[in-house]
Amino acid sequence: MKIIVLVKQVPDTYGERKLNATTGILDRAASEPIIDEISERALEVALRYRDSHKGTEVVLLGMGPASVTAALRKALALGADSAVHVLDDALAGADMGYTAAVLAAATIHTGYDLVIAGNESTDGRGGVIPSMIAEHLQRPSLTFLDSLDILDERVSGVRRTETGTVDAHAALPAIVSITELAPDVRFPNFKGILSAKKKPLTVLALADLGLDTAALSSRGHSIIAKTEQRPSRTAGTKVADDGNAGVDLADFLAARHLI
Amino acid sequence: MSHFSPPLSDITFVLEHVVGYPDIARLPGYEHADLETVVELLDQCGEFMAEVVAPTNRTGDLVGARWQSDGSVLTPPGFADAYHQYVDAGWGALPLPEEFGGGGFPRTIGLIVQELMTSANMAFALCPLLTQGAIEALVHYGSAKQQQLFLPKMVTGEWTGTMNLTEPQAGSDVGALTTRAVQRDDGSYALSGQKIFITFGEHDMAEQIIHLVLARTPGSPAGTKGISCFIVPKFLMNDDGTLGEQNGVSALSIEHKLGIHGAPTCVLSYDDATGYLIGDENMGMQIMFVMMNSARLSVGMQGLAVAERAYQQSLAYAQERRQGLAIGAASPDSAIIEFPDVRRMLMTQKAHIAALRRMMLLNAAHFDHSTHDPDPVSRARAEEIVGLLTPICKSFGTDLGDELTSLALQIHGGMGYIEETGVAQHLRDARIAPIYEGTNGIQAADLVGRKLSVRGGASATEFLAGMREIIAELAAAGDAFTSIRVQLDQHLASLETATEWMLRTGRADPNAMLAGSGPYLRMWGLCLGGWLMARSALAGPATGDAAFAETQLVLARFYAEQLLPECTALLGAATAGADDLFELDADQLADVSKRLVG
Repeated sequence: MKIIVLVKQVPDTYGERKLNATTGILDRAASEPIIDEISERALEVALRYRDSHKGTEVVLLGMGPASVTAALRKALALGADSAVHVLDDALAGADMGYTAAVLAAATIHTGYDLVIAGNESTDGRGGVIPSMIAEHLQRPSLTFLDSLDILDERVSGVRRTETGTVDAHAALPAIVSITELAPDVRFPNFKGILSAKKKPLTVLALADLGLDTAALSSRGHSIIAKTEQRPSRTAGTKVADDGNAGVDLADFLAARHLI
Repeated sequence: MSHFSPPLSDITFVLEHVVGYPDIARLPGYEHADLETVVELLDQCGEFMAEVVAPTNRTGDLVGARWQSDGSVLTPPGFADAYHQYVDAGWGALPLPEEFGGGGFPRTIGLIVQELMTSANMAFALCPLLTQGAIEALVHYGSAKQQQLFLPKMVTGEWTGTMNLTEPQAGSDVGALTTRAVQRDDGSYALSGQKIFITFGEHDMAEQIIHLVLARTPGSPAGTKGISCFIVPKFLMNDDGTLGEQNGVSALSIEHKLGIHGAPTCVLSYDDATGYLIGDENMGMQIMFVMMNSARLSVGMQGLAVAERAYQQSLAYAQERRQGLAIGAASPDSAIIEFPDVRRMLMTQKAHIAALRRMMLLNAAHFDHSTHDPDPVSRARAEEIVGLLTPICKSFGTDLGDELTSLALQIHGGMGYIEETGVAQHLRDARIAPIYEGTNGIQAADLVGRKLSVRGGASATEFLAGMREIIAELAAAGDAFTSIRVQLDQHLASLETATEWMLRTGRADPNAMLAGSGPYLRMWGLCLGGWLMARSALAGPATGDAAFAETQLVLARFYAEQLLPECTALLGAATAGADDLFELDADQLADVSKRLVG
């Protein structure tokens, strides 16, 4: 079984996250880059399967600038066997359609029986990349699964809905995404950290995947037309209490149709 | 519950710029342990200790280990799960020999792992600490068969180890022990007797416990010369390496004690228990001495580690607690960190903690040279220095562990004295460290009795001369270093005077030497601290981080001007001799006038 785990590097959710005011894309220098927690959970699902199934190969797939290499090495330390990093300047600011097309090509290039992703990243929160990749690959997708069973020929899992749960299953090869109910990732073993440096990490450019920006763009993608700084907060209205503050306050709220 | 933040920038700085770690990474056998690799490992290790182990500390104190009527012992909630994760992550194996599954990293790095784990939870960290002691004994003296049978699973931590020395009548005088071992026809021994104060002697975190037990064989010489060391597994081993039936060892009770509530301190009964001799009969003390330096350094580190945790909590509290108005403050009230008295307590903790960390790691660095330096002369000298520094690290480190955790509590005021803030736990936990692994009095006796006399005193005086070399460096470093130089010069002179007195007096009047040994050891600790802080101040600019360099300079200056002068104040006590200590008899030490009236 060959499992690809999608790994996304995101700005630390505990830090301040910024967009570049001119380009409208993420300002990566503004915060600490970390592996998205949901990607770590996806990796844990793959690693747990491998723990009990010898011969399973776990390959990480990440896309992004050079700093993504560090995220992939860290994920390799957790126990994945190898990693693929799609690195190309032309990918800066890639939208979801663009990203899904590239990841699908990289998935085919790498070979897979199962792709496991997080349901949605903590930065973009699109939540559609796994389904879009499945469309490209023409494979079944089971998304937003709270639990996942990987069998020899098929996968199954449970998805919550507003009214109940759905038992979903599909034949392999397939794409799945898991929710934050998937287990927390393990801590790295020191031998894993040491061996991570020696594990294969392949860097691929768009050309290596038989893609070029012109072809990708021709399928249509979002363009940032205009950026605008969020207006800074203005001072509020102060109601001084000269014995009539209650009425003043009520008038203020009523004027805004708040009461 | 207080958060634990691993002090990794200080540790990294000390490794690179103060204790010469890059030289250790160049020693044959440690090439894989380059600075960049170890910093990455320690980063991950710190994250593990902070996220997995530290949250168990408070529960460990509140719930404690619990003895069950069937003789089993439950560790506090969360301990077993954290321990299993610790085994999976493999941190205990990092400094252990590669041939048994370890990482083959230097002792220096192993000590940092211990520090991080002990700051996270001292009671929890005792289990791996004792296991490591048992492993070292087996690595040095176990037969190939014993090593193969026991070491791999002890190295991973799947099995834990204990050290069984103390008996009710045999504490500091281990030679008084009476547990008996009688050889059987099959070559194994039958052990009978009772051991007390056995840390993690019984628990639920591992499937097997390997007890190392000191006992006497029939007809053995009296005292320490007649002691042998045995392996007594909790479960007997089947021929195929699986666990068999329970051996004749059981936990009769666990102690109620001041601190480290999470660590079960067991009374173990040996009733015809099967044991396997390590080495030869009567070699027990020799085997124990192998681990002595290593275990004593680790206990000194405990003082540092718990002080670090308490310091972090007191620093956070000092910023959060608002009381009164500081001089020059405008707001309705001030955080107590704005008051000079609280600042003094914070600076005293910070400077002593920094000095202790440098001292412990310097000792460990010399240990690594003593085992791995290709030059036999360097190895021998490094071993002498380890011998000299170890009683100082153990005693000064653990005395300060008490004093600094007490300051951390003081910053909390009444809120610290009640148990709710949790800061009292650190003081209670740290209090054992000056007692066990050779009381601090015994450490001081070891320093003046055994270590000072090495090569007729030359080992110590050569080390002192080496410390003095920094005076010239400080003189060349500019005005900012002047007070550090002047203070170090003066107090090193006091230490030199005391050392000459000890060497002169010792042979003729050993009791006078012992009488001054405690204060004398503290003089050493203070000078080592001042010297290492000065080295840090000189090295600070090499980091290229101006704020960090300033921190080192200010800490070194504070240490030199405000902490180090205690050294010269101790000169009188160190050289006063024993007369006044013995001048009053026991009646006079009691309230004599009351006796006369009664």
